[in-house]
Amino acid sequence: MSEEPVDVLIIGAGASGAAVAWSLLDTRMKIVCLEQGGATNPADYPSTGNEWEARRSSDFSISPNQRKLKTDYPINEDDSPIKVANFNGVGGSTVLYAGQFPRFHPSDFRVKSLDGVADDWPVDYETLEPFFEENDRMTGVAGLAGDPAYPPRDARPMPPVPLGKAGQALASGFNKLGWHWWPSDVAINTEVYDGRDKCINLGACISGCAQGAKGSADVTYWSHALRGGVELRTHSRVREITINDDTGMATGVIYYDEDGAEQSLKAHIVVLASNGIGTPRILLNSKSKLFPDGLANSSGLVGKNLMFHPYAAIQGIFDEPLDGYKGPHKAVQSQEFYETDPSRDFVRGYTFETSRGMGPAGTAMTGLGYGRIPWGQGHHKAFREMFNRVTSIAAVCEDLPEEHNRVTLDDMLKDSDGIPAPKISYTLSENSRKMLDHAVARGTEMMTAAGAREVLTMAPIKFAGWHLMGTARMGSDPTRSVVNEWGRSHDVKNLFIVDGSIFVTSAGVNPTSTLQALALYIADQMKQRLANLFD
Amino acid sequence: MSKLNITSQLSDNDTRDLIILVAMIVPPSKEHDLPGADDPLIFTDILAAAAPHSATIVPAIQALDTIARDLQEKGFAELAVEQQEAAANAFRNLNAAEAELLEALTVQCYYRDERVKNNLDMDTRPPFPVGFELEQGDWSLLDKVRKRPAFYRPDS
Repeated sequence: MSEEPVDVLIIGAGASGAAVAWSLLDTRMKIVCLEQGGATNPADYPSTGNEWEARRSSDFSISPNQRKLKTDYPINEDDSPIKVANFNGVGGSTVLYAGQFPRFHPSDFRVKSLDGVADDWPVDYETLEPFFEENDRMTGVAGLAGDPAYPPRDARPMPPVPLGKAGQALASGFNKLGWHWWPSDVAINTEVYDGRDKCINLGACISGCAQGAKGSADVTYWSHALRGGVELRTHSRVREITINDDTGMATGVIYYDEDGAEQSLKAHIVVLASNGIGTPRILLNSKSKLFPDGLANSSGLVGKNLMFHPYAAIQGIFDEPLDGYKGPHKAVQSQEFYETDPSRDFVRGYTFETSRGMGPAGTAMTGLGYGRIPWGQGHHKAFREMFNRVTSIAAVCEDLPEEHNRVTLDDMLKDSDGIPAPKISYTLSENSRKMLDHAVARGTEMMTAAGAREVLTMAPIKFAGWHLMGTARMGSDPTRSVVNEWGRSHDVKNLFIVDGSIFVTSAGVNPTSTLQALALYIADQMKQRLANLFD
Repeated sequence: MSKLNITSQLSDNDTRDLIILVAMIVPPSKEHDLPGADDPLIFTDILAAAAPHSATIVPAIQALDTIARDLQEKGFAELAVEQQEAAANAFRNLNAAEAELLEALTVQCYYRDERVKNNLDMDTRPPFPVGFELEQGDWSLLDKVRKRPAFYRPDS
């Protein structure tokens, strides 16, 4: 007997899918979310064992091509200098993020008007502001009001994470140069919040928080959504969205269950929340008589305009001990070079965000990678000069959309269910290269001012494709965008996209806060328009 | 720790070469009273950690031996120390990805050894559930920034 159609089918249980699932609860609709990964047990996170550093290179690697779990899909990234970082499971990549939680700025939504590049967004900061606030409350954000780099806003739910020795050293460096810095907004509990315990400085945010203090979507939105009655089916990998060729409406999906058996699920509304790689992959795999080039692709833009954030790393080696492997990775950020400055040779800008320190194996691998720690007898002396004495900043550079940067389907590569895998083709733009060069030079200047006796730099960071944006962009013109101003596909009136794919531009900050605020906004629009949602 | 290892896939000669190689990456230190990565306990851990990578590691070790024979007409283990270093350098140049994997496995296992952690004044326990203390730092540093006028860019 076939299953009854559900009201809302969400594909992906990551940051955006979780937010939408929770927001739509009050409609009392039947909501089912299909997630290709599983629900991770915090007791299994690496920080619960002595292999905590090594597991960052195996089952908790940020690279799906390195993890190679059954729940992952491979990605052909041979044609990209930046490799994808993600996590497939309940909570999505927030399970492995550091919790850095800045918002986009007002200017980020108006880059065409202000700087003559890319396109303006069809929504603005003011429209999203109440959803930013709601998202901060749901996620549990620690931070401090009063940042001169942002418009005035409400106090954060919790006070900021400690500066520690590393944050203090870097703050001193920024101050010496007269540059802006401010405690980072982070999705980390500095107090008991929403039934979750406070941070105990495990120093392992990027391999899952065993304490539950980090606001990953599995412990924030999903806790509430599941209690409210949303059904979450894990190990359920969607192959394609099905279409009624007569009406052009989505009818549901075909997916594979944990045993690899093909299943189908009908739905009145389909919401794609599978990130900037996974979403175009599903759309391009959803070919039909009506949509031979992939679903919702009349503009030809599905998969195009892929944006990462090119990252530069600037690491300082100090004489005095810092925090080492203890404490949340993030402490402060600087937006001194965030906005466009006509005197520079690039448009737009970047954020410096600090990264506290590393464990011993991480220190050794970093030192070996830079050639700072040699093989042989010099190892121990060089290691001791670095261990607990390194802290760093990363420049998160705004990436502008370019159609040749894109996600397509690989001709050969398939996942464990036989679904064609994505291939990414990406080239660093000249603007990004100049921005990275600027960030390395200014970052080195700051590290030296902070007292570092040696500075190591890298740009771009190869394994830092955390932020996957732009591949199903939003806009009011159906010929220049995939979804409209409130996330509905121009082509398929019961198909919504709510993840980073719909970003028009990338800004120069981590996207999760904005991504979830946007997802909440779209869910709110759906609720307000329920009576004529498909008109 | 996984009970698997790649011993069955390595010949005695391969194993001997691997022991020498990991000790070249992290040698013992009398000055610091530290074992090298060839310490039996640490090396056993390395073999276990290498198991999932056997398809890379086993040919890599054999490639090292081939490089040694090409350079000196002797197996890697039979070379003098200076010759081993030359062969290892050639190996790192010719097999960079494999050498980086061996480095990573070696230091990941070396720096989780309790003796090494004790030597570094580290806790030998995992981070969770006890966690660590972290000082607040000097928040007065922020006073200077608080005085700065708002500089965000309006959107119109």
